[in-house]
Amino acid sequence: MSENVLRLEDVTMQFGGVVAVNNLSLEVNRGEIVALIGPNGAGKTTAFNCITGVYEPTNGQVSFEGKVIVANHPTGKMKKNYQGLNSEKYLHIKPVDPTPDQITKLGIARTFQNIRLWKSMTVFDNVLTAKHMRAKQNVFTATFRISAAEERRMREETMALLEEQNLVQFKDDLATSLPYGLQRRLEIARALATEPKLLLLDEPAAGMNPQETEELGQFIMQIKEKYDLTIFMIEHHMDLVMKFSDRIYVIDFGKLIAKGTPAEIQANPKVIEAYLGVTDDE
Amino acid sequence: MQFLQNSLPYILAGISVGGQYALIAIGYTMVYGILRLINFAHGDVFMAAGMFMVFLSASLPLGVAIPLVLIITVALGFIIERVAYKPLRSAPRMSVMISAIGVSYLIQNCALYFTGGLAKVYPQLPWLSDTITIWGAVTKRVTLVTPVLTLVLVIGLSLFIKYTKVGMAMRAVSKDFETARLMGIKVNSVISATFIIGSLLAAIGSLLYFTNYASVTPTSGGMPGLKCFVAAVFGGIGSIPGAVIGAFIIGIAENIIKGLGWTTFSDAFTFALLIVILLVKPTGLFGEKATDKV
Amino acid sequence: MDLRKNKKRDGICTAVALIAMFALLLIMELTMKSTSILFTVLKKGVIYALVAVSMNLLNGFTGLFSLGQAGFMLIGAYTYAILSMPVAVKLSDSVYKYYDCAIGFELGIIPSMLLAGVIAAIFAMLIGLPVLRLKSDYLAIATLGFAEILRAFFQWDAMGPVTNGANVMRQYKDLTKVTIPFTDIRFPPTLFCFLVSGICIAIIVLLINSSYGRAFKAIRDDEIAAEAMGINLFKHKEMSFVISSFFAGISGAMLAMFQYTVQAAQFKSAMTYEILLIVVIGGIGSVTGSCIASFLFIACNEWWLRFLDESANNILGMNLLRSGFRKVVFSVVIMIIVLFFSKGIMGDKEFSWQRIFDFFHKLFHGKKQAVEEVSGNE
Repeated sequence: MSENVLRLEDVTMQFGGVVAVNNLSLEVNRGEIVALIGPNGAGKTTAFNCITGVYEPTNGQVSFEGKVIVANHPTGKMKKNYQGLNSEKYLHIKPVDPTPDQITKLGIARTFQNIRLWKSMTVFDNVLTAKHMRAKQNVFTATFRISAAEERRMREETMALLEEQNLVQFKDDLATSLPYGLQRRLEIARALATEPKLLLLDEPAAGMNPQETEELGQFIMQIKEKYDLTIFMIEHHMDLVMKFSDRIYVIDFGKLIAKGTPAEIQANPKVIEAYLGVTDDE
Repeated sequence: MQFLQNSLPYILAGISVGGQYALIAIGYTMVYGILRLINFAHGDVFMAAGMFMVFLSASLPLGVAIPLVLIITVALGFIIERVAYKPLRSAPRMSVMISAIGVSYLIQNCALYFTGGLAKVYPQLPWLSDTITIWGAVTKRVTLVTPVLTLVLVIGLSLFIKYTKVGMAMRAVSKDFETARLMGIKVNSVISATFIIGSLLAAIGSLLYFTNYASVTPTSGGMPGLKCFVAAVFGGIGSIPGAVIGAFIIGIAENIIKGLGWTTFSDAFTFALLIVILLVKPTGLFGEKATDKV
Repeated sequence: MDLRKNKKRDGICTAVALIAMFALLLIMELTMKSTSILFTVLKKGVIYALVAVSMNLLNGFTGLFSLGQAGFMLIGAYTYAILSMPVAVKLSDSVYKYYDCAIGFELGIIPSMLLAGVIAAIFAMLIGLPVLRLKSDYLAIATLGFAEILRAFFQWDAMGPVTNGANVMRQYKDLTKVTIPFTDIRFPPTLFCFLVSGICIAIIVLLINSSYGRAFKAIRDDEIAAEAMGINLFKHKEMSFVISSFFAGISGAMLAMFQYTVQAAQFKSAMTYEILLIVVIGGIGSVTGSCIASFLFIACNEWWLRFLDESANNILGMNLLRSGFRKVVFSVVIMIIVLFFSKGIMGDKEFSWQRIFDFFHKLFHGKKQAVEEVSGNE
């Protein structure tokens, strides 16, 4: 069970002189729940954005199920400004810069730190629309209802997803009218609708109380089993991270400072320093 | 020498038109810098200034009419902002842009009503309208005055923005609208000041422009307006020197194209330039890069 | 189960309403004088309804603020005029006075209209490649720019053998030349416009309610989320742009048929603004709104507010009413709508039979009972 699903090698994201992610290398194995933690502004979401194709990293490569999906090395102006390491390793590799939808198509789905549901759509339509990518249809068959069977299948599957999340009673409400916790759930349901193998959760428990957080943890375990998922999440709630994740990576100022099991991380002086020494609100 | 004699009138006209465009483009670039709004009505304010001049000079001496035109145009710009844009401050950007298009439609239709759709002859301004000869090229004196006046005004404006309190507030608001508001800057007054300056420059631009072209029609604001917006984008929207340089380039290029006998395409060229710029360097010559946060 | 029943009922209602509408139109056309202003308004209204709905598909449903509609109508109008013009006319001096027409064939009305749409769509595809990567207002100004370039292109001297330069196009197959298939009987022109527009709008509505329509709305609501859920932004934007232009082209062709003559100079940005204002008045994101608004707009413009232009109607000796006053009043009304009723007539809602029935239900049973019923259902 130690097969790599996701593998980052020397991923660096530099905005001008600011190095947001610095030579980040990590692995996520099939069936694991891996957490990425770090103080605010450590570059966690930027790392996610590099994986999902939102940003083009300045150096390094990302592979998914053994295939390189993102790769780059410093070019042009960046050559001079580049502050990371190992760039010569990737010089011979042709840069791969996919758009986010291509990444999603490969089987990586994500949620967002600041919830990004489609505002004008109902709960049902939010999930249904995410099914669009994998539907077997084209604009002609869809418009003239030739692929009506496909549409019916999408609707049934959407209904099943909503049932699983206990969202059926809200299905005709506007997505943004849901309470915060349910909106996060809906985002997960929407991500699941794209039929992913790897799910990236960006602070799924943000704004939840301890009880809701616990429930969320159970829920994540549940969908992991049911859909045979691998989960990689950013989280600040230490209870959730320590209780549910198999392994943890800690980054600070874009750099990996520790990795290991929850127990190892809790005992790691570097981590404590990063959290207590730099910020005092965690 | 023959070549110079043939092409000089076009280049001179280009520099002159460029200066007039620059004065209008500043209005676009300042408003966009602060409100992120393409003020579609700005070209029509420019046209309206021309109309005011036509009607006022008919009954008043020029010495009274010109200052009055400037004042009325400024008032028009101020009122447009207060009535059509201020109520939509928190509305989506698309609504404000639609409102701007509505204002443009309104001003054009008003002009149509008052003129009966006929082209109005622009009054001859003494001294400015006089014909002069430079190196064998015949032109109006306004051709020479425009670039000089433009540069003086632009330098004045730059100093104003750099050293006065209002100017500083303008820079702050264009950097970050919300934060500036939280820091106690009276955002609405700053915006009004922007529209006042923009309209004033547009009025001066219209004096120079129509002296050159001799007639005003209700639609004569549209095309120069769009071109000046293109100039502002070309120079990097939000940047005043950028807008001025962009305007001169467009003015000169357009007249060279006319000189080559491609008059049909002189307008189209501007837009082709715009599209190329947007694709190659969307932030223009001096624009700042903005990134979306995910 | 109840929902499905309602759906069936709504379908029947719509069918009945459509048949009634077409029957009424037919009776009117057979009995009334064809020069009546009512027909002008109906024809122009339905042509504008189509282009407004096509613009709404872009601006309202895909969130692309595009101002190129007049340009695509221009392509449609010219393509139609050129293709449908009889060869005899092309060879004579009556239209192509200064050029030798390069198009040596003619097509029927329907093929010409379809090709008008197709050519507009092809242009849109090419223009979309660079332009659709731009953001909101830059996209607006770039599409506006392309429409201007198109206009210059069609008026260009070198294009003369095809487009007749800046001169007027006429004597092509206009609305009076439409016949019932396989016969020589004239097809009622207003009915024809309604039929073509109706089919086109129905296709757009089907598209909007399909999986692709949902993807468009997702892009409008949040591009980043749409992309992250596997919706290819460029592909879908391009699709929306091309489809919208296809229908703009068809409405351009119909406008050419309706006007008897067509000239590139007519398709200025002011025309796009008018279409945009129709969309806004109707409600951005509402197809029914766009349709209603375009009839209102055209009726006011061509008919109901005409009296404002007649100086004979002045009262109290004021010299207020004269040519052009109508447009001033009109634009003031539009500004009021834009500023105070920014949702327009319909907001982003569509016409629904349910609401009509509810309304009548309340009317007949009284308000009190209706309220009781609602609480009883719960």
